[in-house]
Amino acid sequence: MSAAAKRQILSAICILGFFVLWEIICVAFHVSDLVLPRPSQVLVTLWTQFPAIWPHTVQTVYTTLLGLGLGIVFGLALGMLIGSSRLAYDVAYPLLVGFSSIPKVAIVPILVLWFGSGTVPAVLTAMVMCIFPIVVNVAAGLASTEPELQDVMRTLKATKLEILWNIGLPRTMPYFFASLKVAATLAFVGTVISETVASNRGIGNVMMIASSSFDVPLVFAGLFILAALGVALYVIFSVIEGRVTGWARRGDNFSAGG
Amino acid sequence: MNQALATDIAIRNAIIDLERVNVTFGGEKNKTVALAETSLRIENGEFVALVGPSGCGKSTILKLVAGTLSPSEGHIFVTGREIGANDVRIGMAFQNPTLLPWLNIRDNVMMPLKIVPPFKRDFARKKSGEYRDRAEALLAKVGLSGFGDKFPWQLSGGMQQRASLCRALIHDPTLLLLDEPFGALDQFTREELWEIMQTLWIERRPTVLLVTHDLKEAAYLATRICVMQARPGRIIDDSVVPFARPRTIDVSFQPEFVSLTQRLRERIVAARAVHEVQP
Repeated sequence: MSAAAKRQILSAICILGFFVLWEIICVAFHVSDLVLPRPSQVLVTLWTQFPAIWPHTVQTVYTTLLGLGLGIVFGLALGMLIGSSRLAYDVAYPLLVGFSSIPKVAIVPILVLWFGSGTVPAVLTAMVMCIFPIVVNVAAGLASTEPELQDVMRTLKATKLEILWNIGLPRTMPYFFASLKVAATLAFVGTVISETVASNRGIGNVMMIASSSFDVPLVFAGLFILAALGVALYVIFSVIEGRVTGWARRGDNFSAGG
Repeated sequence: MNQALATDIAIRNAIIDLERVNVTFGGEKNKTVALAETSLRIENGEFVALVGPSGCGKSTILKLVAGTLSPSEGHIFVTGREIGANDVRIGMAFQNPTLLPWLNIRDNVMMPLKIVPPFKRDFARKKSGEYRDRAEALLAKVGLSGFGDKFPWQLSGGMQQRASLCRALIHDPTLLLLDEPFGALDQFTREELWEIMQTLWIERRPTVLLVTHDLKEAAYLATRICVMQARPGRIIDDSVVPFARPRTIDVSFQPEFVSLTQRLRERIVAARAVHEVQP
């Protein structure tokens, strides 16, 4: 057995062990499922309530991906602007830091005021949650481009756009993907905040209703779904990252695969 | 442009002409003169080496000619026209290979074809045909055939520097600027690359401006050596190198070669001594 496979099996056993321990503690200390339901209970709830939960899951995924997509588009554009222009940096950075310090729960009511409750404020909340790490990383990546690489292009009389396209953007990709993994999980947080406060659909809403009727296993089922979705998105971006920016990690598979 | 200046430009046929160029950095209080009243004229097809201690303004001259630095005073003409107004093709290699880590060696070498006219017009159409063959042929000349698909980090420093030379030459530049490209290599790799460089120069005859602090390298490669001094940076000696081509490394052991490098060395040492006496 290879070392990599051994490592994977070991980590899987440890993760599984965590849930088993949880189960054992709940049984051993007679923990009420109103306080902390057992993992097996949560799984049963997931299974039995699946038809009811499924449409809400789809809604949350849809909202999150839309918000993340918008966040990527605007984040990339803003990050490139800030990273390549001194003035844009000086103007936008304080604004951005200030804006990202605002608790996002506080802006949901404003969004609801503007766009009504439902999908739109959830998408926008997801977007504003995930935009900050993308902008900061893309800007940092662009700003850290080695001057020597730019000199190579400048002696060839390349235009600013050509330098950005051929040097700046590829150079920034590792930073961008690193931010994307953070942004993807933040987008879920944004969606759920908004669904909890102002929506009648989505996992956030399901959890809200479940907790008000003391259906704690259902609340935990919602948490499990969110965690699983977050992990899934993270894995997807990791795979894309490996294929696109393998050069930055000097992976052995990159020269063959990419 | 007035009439007198227009005539003035018409009679220039030197490929590079620096006219009383001053380059200063910093403000009034802590002014550093990188280059003082420097004039240098290089004819088409020459191989000129700029030697001197660090801080003497060798690289400054290179940056001026490359157009990445503007002079504080004076004029720089490239192919008879003031710098910035001309469309001369420039190839440049640096002390570090500066290859793009996300491109394989072949794509790195082909980069200038993507940027420089007239090649860029046909880049999309020819990149997997004619241009690719062109890059492979050049790579083969420097001993890198079969390495086109490798990525820069998979190659040794010397091999990366060879690829960097290919990138500087792929678009058939009229002007080749070399900023200590062999400086970071070991002795044997360096000598091997001198030979390759000479072969490529004899084949294509670009005008070369080489910055180095290796006198042996200068005397082996160049047709003319300009010695510079530091603070203020200026040219203090300009000698022709008479040895027949192609030169081999054996040339460097002949008495004429040794006495030339010896003389240049003494000039540099003397210039440094004068400088050190000053406060």
